[in-house]
Amino acid sequence: MSKKESIVDIPTVNKIARLSRLNIPEASKQNLTNDLNNILGFVAQLDEVNTSDVKPLASVTGHKLPLRSDKVTDGNIEDLVLKNAPESSGGFFVVPKVIE
Amino acid sequence: MNESINLKPGQINGETGIWEMVIGLEIHAQISSKSKLFSGASASFGAEANSNVSLVDAAMPGMLPVINEFCVEQAVKTGLALNAKINNVSIFDRKNYFYADLPQGYQISQFTKPIVGEGEIIIDLDDGLQTTIGIERLHLEQDAGKSLHDQHPSKSYIDLNRTGVALMEIVSKPDIRSPQEAGAYVKKIRSILRYVGACDGNMEEGSLRADCNVSVRKSGEEFGTRCEIKNLNSVRFIIQAIQSEAERQVEILEEGGKINQETRLFDTSTGETRSMRSKEDAHDYRYFPDPDLLPLEFSDSWVQKIRETLPELPDLLKKRLVTDFGITPYDASILVEEKDYVDFYQKAANGKDGKLTANWMITELFGALKKENISLSDSPVSPENLGQLIALISDGTISGKIAKDVFAEMMISKKSPSDIVKEKGLEQVSDDTEILKLIDKVISENEDKVKDYLGGKDRLFGFFVGQVMKISQGKANPSIVNKLLKEKLK
Repeated sequence: MSKKESIVDIPTVNKIARLSRLNIPEASKQNLTNDLNNILGFVAQLDEVNTSDVKPLASVTGHKLPLRSDKVTDGNIEDLVLKNAPESSGGFFVVPKVIE
Repeated sequence: MNESINLKPGQINGETGIWEMVIGLEIHAQISSKSKLFSGASASFGAEANSNVSLVDAAMPGMLPVINEFCVEQAVKTGLALNAKINNVSIFDRKNYFYADLPQGYQISQFTKPIVGEGEIIIDLDDGLQTTIGIERLHLEQDAGKSLHDQHPSKSYIDLNRTGVALMEIVSKPDIRSPQEAGAYVKKIRSILRYVGACDGNMEEGSLRADCNVSVRKSGEEFGTRCEIKNLNSVRFIIQAIQSEAERQVEILEEGGKINQETRLFDTSTGETRSMRSKEDAHDYRYFPDPDLLPLEFSDSWVQKIRETLPELPDLLKKRLVTDFGITPYDASILVEEKDYVDFYQKAANGKDGKLTANWMITELFGALKKENISLSDSPVSPENLGQLIALISDGTISGKIAKDVFAEMMISKKSPSDIVKEKGLEQVSDDTEILKLIDKVISENEDKVKDYLGGKDRLFGFFVGQVMKISQGKANPSIVNKLLKEKLK
């Protein structure tokens, strides 16, 4: 795991946190950076295996992506859909203005 | 600056020389499915807010997407119509971003392995020329919801009815060189989608929208930095937006500035593009394969079955119209724009003069329908009646001029042209003795003018023809009137 050691630094953690809308306390950032590097380093062990002739494996069970036919089988449940909304009006979700 | 220079479409004559445009288009086409791409909620337009929403679309925890087979078929069908490579294995990825009308926090799309790969289409330009535009890819993805910002001073209203509706994104190669070509490209894609039945192509309702990537360069140079103009929903706006954006870029570059790669919006009221205030990370979507969806796989024989359901497509149809009906490639390209134009034309022109039918349909019928704001499917003039009118002109029963009056009557009364001609006694008079009587009358009433004519005032000939036509109420056969008058006035 030595060569992958420092992929992630604190600016990268800041960036991912910002993109994910996560507020990470300053004090946790170094630990989180170490954790991420450890995880990536662990996964990087796979690079040692030669996979040039191996096809990507998406499912170990052999299942295929199931398809459904084009029928309307759902909907008309506005009340359920809006049930957890902090605010709604006239069937709409109401949120703080997202445009200036 | 050389003012007399002849610019080609897509060229801009700047202070430092001639610039050319490099344009690539991303077209988002809503698939004409009844239900959504990954849920069983209705995909119809204009329903009550949030009524076409399932718990899958609302991204409730634990909900799983299941793909709509019809949507997969339409993507493959469209891919085949774009002469493109069909990928028997494709993968769905999550495109992550936060917005109020995207409850999942990601859009399910296809990034590394789209369902359709490279292809190409031929576009028709106004001058009758054609050019080939490459297709980079076509992939399936979910549409987002709709935000209304004008309902409240400090709030946005969110409707998720459109959330999860199936879209095909069709990406062109940067092969387009003028706003006109971009317009023709969109029209061609729209026409193909409508023939195939994959999308209704309704731009007003947003079933077809385009993002345009525009850059400029001096001929032969490398591509410049591009800007993307988002969400254009009419061919006219696409043409305007590209022109104004390219001019903006030339101005910046000639003043020694640099183009920022950014997303811009087209303001339809000013006709100019402006920067969308976007955050620096806006384009960091952190795509990764959607763990809820296995790869989409199908066999060659399934693709073959779909290929067999493809209708006759516009390019081949156009060639056939030119050969079968002897019309010009330009007229044919107008007629194949829409499936129902061709169907109408083929019925009308059946056994008739194909060229004359095309002229009448494109000039008179389309003109009249446009004036009345009626679509061809609601035309008061049926294809059979238009065909009958052409036959009446071709066999000399009525003149072209009378035919216009008959046509105007057909537009109002929906009657057949032969009924109108009979009722109003409009048959063309081609009988020599009948016409001679009229000529004699005109001559006897205008003896002084006849003298002038015979004395060398040749221009008066037109006057005599006009008088004869007038007293015949337009029914005299003009070529016979001409012939007999010449003989009479020798």
